[in-house]
Amino acid sequence: MSGSAELSDLPDRYRFRLFVAGTAPRSLRAVEAVRRVCETHLAGRYELEIVDIYQQPDLAERDGILAAPILLKLAPHPERRIAGDLLDAERILRGLNIQPADETQR
Amino acid sequence: MPDQRTAPTLPKAPTGIEGFDDLTFGGLPAGRPSLICGAAGCGKTLFATTFLVNGATRFGEPGVFMSFEERAEDLAANVASLGFDLDGLVAAGKLAIDHVRVERSEIEETGEYDLEGLFIRLGFAVDSIGAKRVVLDTIETLFAGFTDPALLRAELRRLFGWIKDRGLTAIITGERGEGQLTRQGLEEYVSDCVILLDNRVDDQITTRRLRVVKYRGSAHGTNEYPFLIDHAGISVLPVTSAELDYVGPTGLISTGIAGLDAMLAPGGFYRGSSILVSGASGTGKSMLAASMVEAACRRGERSLIFAFEESGPQIIRNAASIGLDLEAQVKSGLLRFEAARPSLYGLETHLARMHRDLDQFRPDLIVIDPISALRGPASELQGALLRMIDLIKTRGITAIFTTLRSDGSLISDDDLGVSSLMDAWIKLQNMEANGERTRTLYVIKARGMSHSNQIREFLMSSGGIRLIDAYIGTAGVLTGTARVVQEARERAEAQQRLYENERRLRDVVRRRAALDRQLAEIRASLDAAEDEEARLRADDESRVAADEVERRELIARRRAAE
Repeated sequence: MSGSAELSDLPDRYRFRLFVAGTAPRSLRAVEAVRRVCETHLAGRYELEIVDIYQQPDLAERDGILAAPILLKLAPHPERRIAGDLLDAERILRGLNIQPADETQR
Repeated sequence: MPDQRTAPTLPKAPTGIEGFDDLTFGGLPAGRPSLICGAAGCGKTLFATTFLVNGATRFGEPGVFMSFEERAEDLAANVASLGFDLDGLVAAGKLAIDHVRVERSEIEETGEYDLEGLFIRLGFAVDSIGAKRVVLDTIETLFAGFTDPALLRAELRRLFGWIKDRGLTAIITGERGEGQLTRQGLEEYVSDCVILLDNRVDDQITTRRLRVVKYRGSAHGTNEYPFLIDHAGISVLPVTSAELDYVGPTGLISTGIAGLDAMLAPGGFYRGSSILVSGASGTGKSMLAASMVEAACRRGERSLIFAFEESGPQIIRNAASIGLDLEAQVKSGLLRFEAARPSLYGLETHLARMHRDLDQFRPDLIVIDPISALRGPASELQGALLRMIDLIKTRGITAIFTTLRSDGSLISDDDLGVSSLMDAWIKLQNMEANGERTRTLYVIKARGMSHSNQIREFLMSSGGIRLIDAYIGTAGVLTGTARVVQEARERAEAQQRLYENERRLRDVVRRRAALDRQLAEIRASLDAAEDEEARLRADDESRVAADEVERRELIARRRAAE
């Protein structure tokens, strides 16, 4: 993955790529959900790239994207993918293997 | 084959697959998805690839191959042996290959999603080369990658609708499932054209078959058609034509054996006839066929030999021993061998191969040596042979079938079954007598011509096959040494008769000479008798005259005295 080399050196830095299909409500919901989760649990140590597959189909092809929306966790390894509108924050955390930032907040 | 009756024909996209376009009257429905289903290893991917490659190279329709199973490089390697240069086509912008990896473990699902990514990718690939054809191989893999079948089904329905909207001719492949055509019931979504590929094993022999299960809005062949996958790619062969509509061939072909031609009233066999040459092993069937082949090649006609028991080079060597140079004919391109063990394929496959070879090589004469090598259930065998003969007849090809008689009876059941389909039947027999075998030949039947009813002896030498008259006399038919002995005896007897005649002639001449001599003697004594008679008569006359003179003198004297 381009640009992931320097980031992979930082073990606690998260890198995500979210593929959405245009500006459908589902896409917007997904973007919002991911942002919220990241800000809540990974504030300051994440990077989120949002790709509209209509705009950049070549990127979708490169990453082998079929379903949309879909969230890719590129770093740290292993790579994980979660498809869906990502409304269930807990499943996202579990799926991406992220420790909740602060148990007391919840 | 059914006729194409629907007047406004559905637009069709030719696949370029030999035979398939014939039986579907033009190919797959253009601008619609077609489903090709079958168990693993049936040739679905190859069918689909051929469809795309032919589209790109022959019909000017670029195509997208979306593979859910094999990677692009594997695909290219798999079909490289068929002469398909996928990489070259990709580079030329006539083909796009997109490998879609679906691995279940990688994807978690939460909430709503759709397969827009797949659509986008397909659309992207289609637009990038202006594709008219699309292959999705095998889309059912998606069901392994996503857990929500209801969503997938909805998306597939949308996908097929999308393909139709875009006017893409598409092949969707599907794995054969239990009790239905595909595992996930794809046939529910693809309603226009469904083709089933099958790979059946009977008696350890595999036969590939293809069936058009459904073709909305079009007539199509409904049978199961055998098809081949080999170095030449896929070919489907609608060989179940049942019509006897071939033209009665005219014109004669010489057998290349002067004596045999002479046994047939017109001086040869009719062109396009099926000739059965039967005889036990070692009676010279193959060499008789080789003679006819060589004669055909010398006339500049093309010949094809299907050898089931010998290899081509072996036949060439054997034929060389009787002075036939088949190798030169092979080199000149007039003769071709297709040698294969009969057990290598099923009957249908053999037929299919034959069909393809006939259409490719377009021979004037073919040899099937021997037909009795083809094994199978009796009913199937009979049917297959019938179709084989049909296949040959419809093309006006002269065919020589050799067969081994399995038992000692004059006509065994197998032969009877085949022979009624044949136009001519030459029987070769080795006659054993007096401690030697003699090759003999006779024509059992030859439709539409009078022919010799004689059993003829023939010799195979470096000068080829030569027929010689058998001895037919009071002692029966004698061949071989017995014939030679009998002929010598007859010659001796004739000589004897000649001497005898000469002797009797000499006797007669001698007797006639003796008679002539006797005749001369008798004539001499007759002459003597005639002389004597004349003398006596002369004496008598002179005495009478003298007497008269004396009497007159007496009278005169008496008158004087008075």
